[in-house]
Formats: sequence, structure tokens, C-alpha cells
Amino acid sequence: MELVCPAGNFPSLKAAVINGADAVYLGFKDETNARNFSGLNFNDTKLEKSLTYARDRNIKIYVAINTYPQPAAWHKWQAAIDRAADIGVNAVIVADIGVMDYAVNKYPDLNLHLSVQGSATNVDALNFYYKNFNIKRAVIPRVLALPQINRLAEKSPVDLEVFAFGSLCIMAEGRCHLSSYITGESPNMCGVCSPASAVAWKNTGDVLETRLNNVLIDRYEPDENAGYPTLCKGRFKVGDNVYHTLEEPTSLNTLSILPELHKIGVKALKIEGRQRSPAYVGQVVKVWREAIDAYTKSPELFSERTSWQLALNKVSEGSQTTLGAYSRPWQ
Amino acid sequence: MAVSENEKMMKLSLGPILYFWERSTIFDFYEQVARSPVDIVYLGETVCAKRRQLSLHDWLDLAYKLKERGKQVVLSTLTLLEAESELSQVRRICENDDFTVEANDMSAVYMLSEQGVPFVSGPFINIYNARSLNTLVKLGLQRWVMPVELSRQTLDEILTSSKKDFPDSPFETEVFSFGYLPLAFSARCFTARAHNLPKDDCRFICGQHVDGMPVQSQEDETVFTLNGIQTQSGQCYNLLQQLPAMRSMGVDIMRISPQSAGTVDIIQEFHMARLNGVDHVEVSPESCNGYWFHRAGMENCYFK
Repeated sequence: MELVCPAGNFPSLKAAVINGADAVYLGFKDETNARNFSGLNFNDTKLEKSLTYARDRNIKIYVAINTYPQPAAWHKWQAAIDRAADIGVNAVIVADIGVMDYAVNKYPDLNLHLSVQGSATNVDALNFYYKNFNIKRAVIPRVLALPQINRLAEKSPVDLEVFAFGSLCIMAEGRCHLSSYITGESPNMCGVCSPASAVAWKNTGDVLETRLNNVLIDRYEPDENAGYPTLCKGRFKVGDNVYHTLEEPTSLNTLSILPELHKIGVKALKIEGRQRSPAYVGQVVKVWREAIDAYTKSPELFSERTSWQLALNKVSEGSQTTLGAYSRPWQ
Repeated sequence: MAVSENEKMMKLSLGPILYFWERSTIFDFYEQVARSPVDIVYLGETVCAKRRQLSLHDWLDLAYKLKERGKQVVLSTLTLLEAESELSQVRRICENDDFTVEANDMSAVYMLSEQGVPFVSGPFINIYNARSLNTLVKLGLQRWVMPVELSRQTLDEILTSSKKDFPDSPFETEVFSFGYLPLAFSARCFTARAHNLPKDDCRFICGQHVDGMPVQSQEDETVFTLNGIQTQSGQCYNLLQQLPAMRSMGVDIMRISPQSAGTVDIIQEFHMARLNGVDHVEVSPESCNGYWFHRAGMENCYFK
């Protein structure tokens, strides 16, 4: 199984490679990718440097061009595909069918991976992208349960990549406009969710309030750990109850089902977190490398090591992890 | 300002019912709709595969009745598909012989394009630019419903560039113009969660909330509406005043999304506006229209 790791900058890319990534995914410095955060991502010089570094070590580079261009800025997406093809990346990760149509017609040899933002959750959606754009791989949205992924893998015309670890989108990716409803900017259009520019933190007495475009997302008492005000993780009111209306702030961690993912035939495991620090990337990749190697060496003897869990829990959001939709405790 | 003879009359559509209503309520509702001046009616369950108060046979019965009453009927498919049984449900709809299908997932687009059958794309088929639109037109798209987060300006650019680059692309454009905006889909059921029920034992609790459950911030601002696995806008989207602007841009159809009360009155209001203009239309400050003006969706740009 290929371990696909995030890099928001060159130090993260190095951390991923040193700690055992098989492939690294990254984005250009603009809204053509779904982590369009200031201070992140790669200009042409940095990308070429990264590519050389990775190639020398036999590591693949995938470029995420996985947002949805609007007409006025179409040229940016076209240029991003041109640059990726020109420097010879191993694959581009794409979501928009216009971008795919451009890429497959202009660069028939360029490998296309369907981004999670493409929102393909079933075999006929995969057939659509395979037949029309010859995609080689698809990243599956974090909405399917393990048996559903199993059946999908049996019939899929392309390799499947799943999210193994990191922040958890609870909505079907590519079909969530919550962020643009509150802030005007969304993952599909701008490559951001709950953007930092819309965030405000304010202390009122002992209570810390977090807001997005002035909408109150959460209130924290002094004994609570405050989290970034991601919309779907806020505490809102339904009737008289104030609670995490959509989801608790937790991270996805699938270490315990690594053997099952392998048996199902999942070809690649994705670590989320291009926005995270090189130290985070290094730590997480190290654990996953060890786990995959331990499993490959003796599948029957594989069990989750406590040291792995401790290392991962330390870096997880809200210090809690979950199997998310794979196990569905809420089902 | 009344519509002049040579201007094309804006068509009105009624989107699929997004909530879980009782069987008899649904039949009564469409009886009223049949008598209303709406031109196009979308039928079917698009949100949750567990909601099966009507079978495909029932929906088809309704479709024939509405067709007899002069409505153009389109069958809508499920948006988020997870299980193979759901895929079969969609396949049965796509294989019907008599009615056009609104594809709400790429699986339906695949099935319909493979059959060579013209189709409509729903608001969650991500068409954000002219090249995407025209790629789908080549595969049989005959009408698209614009993704709700796009603005008037983006729509204008898509239509302009589409006409320039692909002058022969024949398709219609529909805009979600009234109702609570469908914003997101999840594997989780938020209505069941609100009632502390697991999804597998949801007891169809969403049936108690015929217009969804309002979600408010801790300072009582209405933010979202829960509708099972779907999250909707907290405010009602209303683009009635934009009717003339839409007509001049080349929008063919304005979509109204059903609510438990007053939907036929809304249809009537839109109908009067397409006949007589919008000069006397009043818009509630409680409604929203931000997306259309390239702002946050929740904003109301008439009252800023």
C-alpha cells in the first residue's frame, strides 16, 4: 500500500520523505488547490527543487489542482495543469470535469487522480470519470463504511485511495457549501473552509468566543480547550439544546483497521494535513511507515502498538480520534 | 413593467420535496400544484434513501397525472449514494421510458449518458465553468441547475463564454430561486443526532419536522436548517426581484423549492411577477440572497 503524505512547504516535504512517504502531494501557491492558505504551498522554484529532491529518492510527487475554476480565473487552472505536465509530476489530483477534459485532451499521458473533492462514492460515478477522462485512481470521500469500500473496491475500474489519518470532513467532500454560506468562501470555489480571514477570537469576561464572519461558532469556559472555529464543529442550539450539532472536534485515525484496508485492496493511504507543521507531518508519517512495514512483514502478527497511538493522539485535534464513517459508531 | 410580446416568458419549476412528508400530504400537495401556474415539476426523493413513503410506481403515477394536467415532469435522483441498493434505485429511475431525469450524482449522469438519453443536472453536479458545462452537453445534458453558491456574475460569464466557445450548445439554464438552500450532505443523520437516535434506528424522526429543524447560534441567530443527512441554509433564499435580470441574461427557468405551507402562493407570486414585473414585489429582510451578489450566502444585499 502506498503511503501518500502531505506537504505545505519544502520542510514538510523533507519531513515526509525522511520518515518514509512513498508519495507526497502538494499544491501551487493559489486557489487551484484545496489548501489555499497564506504562507503555504509551492512556487515554481520550490516545486522544481522538491521534484529533484523526491526523484533522487524515488518518491512520487502528486500535484493537487482540485478546486472548481470559475470562468474569470479559468486560465489559472489551465496554467497549473500546463506546469504540472511540463515538469513531469507523477500525477495531478483533479476534481473539475472541465479541468479533466482539458488535461486528458492536451496531455493524454498525464496521470489523473480523482480528488476527494470530485465526490465519487459509488462504482458508476467512478465509471463516469474513468470512461470519460481515463482517471487512474480515485480518492474516496470520508462518508463510506468499511464494507461499502470493500464492495466498491471489488468493482472499481480504478485504484482506490482512502484517508487514513488527519482532520475529518464529515460532509461529503465537494458537496459542502456551509463555508460559503457563512463567509462567501468555500472549498469548491476558493480552496478554503472557514477561512482564517473571517475568524475572530474574543474574550468576554472568562469566556472565549469564536466567530466566523461575525456568526458565533462556539463559546469556551476557562476549563475548555478552544478549537479553530470550523463551521461543522461549532456548538449551536437546536430547540433548547446547545451541543456539537454536526460533529465533535475529532481526528480520523484508521490505524486499527490497516489490515482490513489492505485486504479490501485499497491501493493507497492518504495522510491529511498540508496545513500542518513539518514536525506534525514527520511524526505522523513515521508512525504510519512503521505500521505499514510491520504489517507487510508479518500480517498475521499485526497489532496496533501503544507507542503509535500515543504518538498520534498527541498531535490529534481535540486529542480524540475516531474511525469516522469507516466504523460508524453513530449508525 | 410588463413582459413584452417578443421577450421569452420565464418558466417556473417546482423542485423536489426535500423533507420527509407523509404519503397523503404529498398527494394533496401535488393536487394543489397541478392547479398552480408552475410549468415544470421535479418528483422524487433526493435526500435520504431510507425515506420510501412513495415507491417509484407511486411517483410515476403522480408524474402521469401531472403530465395530463399540462406539467412537464422530471424525475429526480438521490444525491449521496453509499450502498449498492441505492445505485439500483437510481438505475430504475434512469431506465424509465417516459420522463426526463434530473441527475444529482455522477452515477446517474453515467447511466443516462451511456443510454444516450438527454438529462438534467441537479444543483450538486458541480458545474462551475463553461468547459464543464459543455463537456456534459456533449454527453447529453439538456438543462442544468446552477450550483447554489455561484453568483449572477459567474453565471453570466459561464453563459457568455459558453455561447462564444460552443455556439451550438443547446441547453437550458435553471436557477434555484426560492427556498431553503441545500448546502451539504453527510453520511450522518443530523436530525437523528438531534433526537439522540442512531441512524439505523432513526424511527423516521425527520417526519416530525416538515420544514426541517432550525439551528441557531448561541446568541439566537438562525444559521442552518437540519434535514436528515442534508444541511440547509438557515434563511430562505429569495431571488424573485432578480427575475428581469435573469431573463436578460438568458436564464430559462426559476426554481421554487417546496415548503410545507404557502408554496402555491409563492408560485402564484412568481407567476404574477413574470407577467407584470417586479416593481411591487416586497422582499422580507428575513430572507437571504448573498450568493447571487457574490457575497456570503446568508447575507441579504437589499438590506445592507
